[in-house]
Amino acid sequence: MGKKKGGKHLGNIKGFAIQFLPYSEIRELNSDDRIRKILNIILGNNILILQGKLTSNEEARLIGDTMAMIGHIKDFKGIELAVISGNGRDSFFGKMTRGIANVLAGGDFSSITIIGPATIVKEMKRNPKKIELLLNR
Amino acid sequence: MVIKIFKNFFKRIFSNLFKNKREIKLGFYGPPNAGKTSLANRICKDFTGEEIGSVSKVPHETRKVQFKEKVDISYKGKKMVFKMIDTPGIATKIDYENFLKYKVSKKDAKARAREATQGVIESIKWLDDMDIVVVVLDATENPYNQVNITIIGNLVARKIPVLIVANKIDLKKSDIKKIEAAFPEYEVVGISAKFGDNLEEFYESIFKLSKKV
Repeated sequence: MGKKKGGKHLGNIKGFAIQFLPYSEIRELNSDDRIRKILNIILGNNILILQGKLTSNEEARLIGDTMAMIGHIKDFKGIELAVISGNGRDSFFGKMTRGIANVLAGGDFSSITIIGPATIVKEMKRNPKKIELLLNR
Repeated sequence: MVIKIFKNFFKRIFSNLFKNKREIKLGFYGPPNAGKTSLANRICKDFTGEEIGSVSKVPHETRKVQFKEKVDISYKGKKMVFKMIDTPGIATKIDYENFLKYKVSKKDAKARAREATQGVIESIKWLDDMDIVVVVLDATENPYNQVNITIIGNLVARKIPVLIVANKIDLKKSDIKKIEAAFPEYEVVGISAKFGDNLEEFYESIFKLSKKV
């Protein structure tokens, strides 16, 4: 993801790893533990790809906790965050069916959340259909 | 018992009498440099003669929540009293080095970054205290920014009425349609806080939204 691009020379990209986290890993956790788990992954210089998404309240808390860490953890400048949903704009019936499916499955699996440390991810360019990661060199 | 009934009766009458005089807490939220303070200043200047805070090209100029109480806004013969709450821009990252390109000294840039992080935390905390919120977006920027989505998601979760303002429509690069496409479930009003363009439509929407409180 972003590392190879048409064989162009990209210079020296700082070391990082991409970690995939299935929703089952956070389903049973409360909000505090979910955020802690995510931040631990990010602080380990990983770009996290999370199956599903956090609630808007959890997202706000994640931003708040991130801000509280800036200046206290060496070289930490914050995060880049993007969520993409595979549903697009559903009809009323589509939304209802998806809602029921999400309740039964215990989470919104049609979404993907990408979170990376700002030291590695320069920008996440997002539109409704795709997310582009621009990395720092 | 009779005294209690009378007490409740008068309490109800008085609360209804002053219901419309109650200050509506109107919050301005959005990413940094979208023009929250410029818009709040424009409104405050029009109705109180005073501004709420300073504006600058340097991001995170507003680093503390700022208020202006008892702002009487009159529009088409109607009057409403607002408490204006201008909040620091919400961001997911803050790097002091970004301030250096605005000719800010390293020491000041570090202090600004430190205060800005606190400002973001404060803005998030204040979400619970708003009656209605104007989400100010820069119409020249990509609206599909997760910060915008997170702010609006939080307001919806708290059942706080939202108005989206597409600011900077005076600039050629601005694109209101893109914002409307990104947030099709919300009313979007295009304005220029700098030049005061289209504020009539803005006030109309604010009054309409205030009825939901």
